[in-house]
Amino acid sequence: MLLPQEILETQRMIRDQHLDIRTITMGISLRDCCHPDPDECCRLIYNKITALAANLVDVAQEISFKYGIPIINKRIAVTPIALVAESCRLDSYLPLAQTLDRAAGELGINFIGGFSALVHKGFTRGDRILFNSLPESLAGTQRVCASVNLASTRSGINMDAVAEMGRILKKTAALTGDKNGLGCAKLVVFANAPEDNPFMAGAFHGTGEGESVINVGVSGPGVVAAALRQAEGKDFGVVSETIKKAAFKITRMGELVAREASARLGVPFGIVDLSLAPTPARGDSVAHILEEMGLERCGAHGSTAALALLNDAVKKGGAMASSYVGGLSGAFIPVSEDAGMIRAAAEGALTLEKLEAMTCVCSVGLDMIALPGDTPASTLAAIIADEAAIGVINNKTTAVRIIPVPGKKVGDMAEFGGLLGRAPVMGVKNYSSETFIARGGRIPAPLNALRN
Amino acid sequence: MKAFITVIGRDRIGIIAEISAALAENRINILDINQTVMAETFTMIMMVDISLSEKPFSELQTLLDELGEQLKLSIQIQHEDIFNSMHRI
Repeated sequence: MLLPQEILETQRMIRDQHLDIRTITMGISLRDCCHPDPDECCRLIYNKITALAANLVDVAQEISFKYGIPIINKRIAVTPIALVAESCRLDSYLPLAQTLDRAAGELGINFIGGFSALVHKGFTRGDRILFNSLPESLAGTQRVCASVNLASTRSGINMDAVAEMGRILKKTAALTGDKNGLGCAKLVVFANAPEDNPFMAGAFHGTGEGESVINVGVSGPGVVAAALRQAEGKDFGVVSETIKKAAFKITRMGELVAREASARLGVPFGIVDLSLAPTPARGDSVAHILEEMGLERCGAHGSTAALALLNDAVKKGGAMASSYVGGLSGAFIPVSEDAGMIRAAAEGALTLEKLEAMTCVCSVGLDMIALPGDTPASTLAAIIADEAAIGVINNKTTAVRIIPVPGKKVGDMAEFGGLLGRAPVMGVKNYSSETFIARGGRIPAPLNALRN
Repeated sequence: MKAFITVIGRDRIGIIAEISAALAENRINILDINQTVMAETFTMIMMVDISLSEKPFSELQTLLDELGEQLKLSIQIQHEDIFNSMHRI
């Protein structure tokens, strides 16, 4: 028999500590939608997505009522579009992005991810067309999210792709200049991208996945922060244990919802991704967890150690709670989406260099960071190269989602709206990386790639 | 199918009577009740069987929301599995 305090604890997590199912993401393979005729290819894609995901939003709503837990986002991830569209005779993949956007609108889902290319070793013709289509596709659609994987531990870093991404970010920001470069917020640049991540903007349906799959993302920074308040003054063993227990409970709920969604939709269950994903709401911040551990501000010396402990304890708790934990699982540190990070950045406690160090131990990378609008493309590319190097050498996923905000300077505030929040523009080094980036080619795979 | 109904709010006469009547009207059987009042805050947890109720969860929750509004209480119904999965291995 359940104890009253257990029932009330669950309710407090949901009511006061912002516990929610952050996303139910349906992965859909589009590999059978390839067709030389672009119109036919778009028709096949639209029909497949709208047929398979027809009940996604309704099912999420029913589950939400049954368990009394909010399900914030309903999303779809598809096969990287470069793989599907390569069969078409097209010079731009904008029509495919528009098709995805239309399907997402018809279904009433929040985002559709997978306008993507995997170029960690080189480009095919389709990859190049997708790259060139990114700025206008991100500017011309509402719900489409894009990602590229340009480095991996096994293959090294594709520096031609890195250089190109610097220019693409500039173009995308310029085309969405009236919205503070919002297009860049829908574009993630990965190293070692996971194929089953349910979170946006980096979700896509990997080539090793089945026909369709249900992946669920759970969050809950507020629950962890509240649990830690009970451990005030205790040593780090207790801190880790407290976080593990909270992570376990959160993940169990994710597994329950994932299995139920999978059964109701008749689609196999893939993974639960336990990622502490902050929102701009009060009490839903990863920065506040680090501060709860005893740091005056997120970004103070000790922040990397605190984040390392947090990320590791979250994984340990999550791994015990579900047999299939996957995706990115850990702690996100998106600056604009986290009230504590926004404050720390605005006060100067949190800088780009400290964030880069923190990405060595968080689950992803440099996320939702606003940079000056006049940052050169080569500097943006060099930031991407640094982050990819961290991922490649350390066998982990890293990602870059940065926004060079047109017309803004260091210290200005850039508003992105909704869950994307707002970010103070951070300074970059004023020394040039131009000649470095201009070399091109491929940084070879590191020694730790030779594991066979 | 079992569910938990939680009622939280300011204590006054007749809360249990009014909620039980609404449950009976909707063919919901009460299996267990745990109720306390601390610092004038009324907290009640009911385990109920909703197998005989013809209404789906969404409708039951809407109905309890309306009742809660009338009685100035927060009333929530949740399937027991969310608590079992979180607190029992």
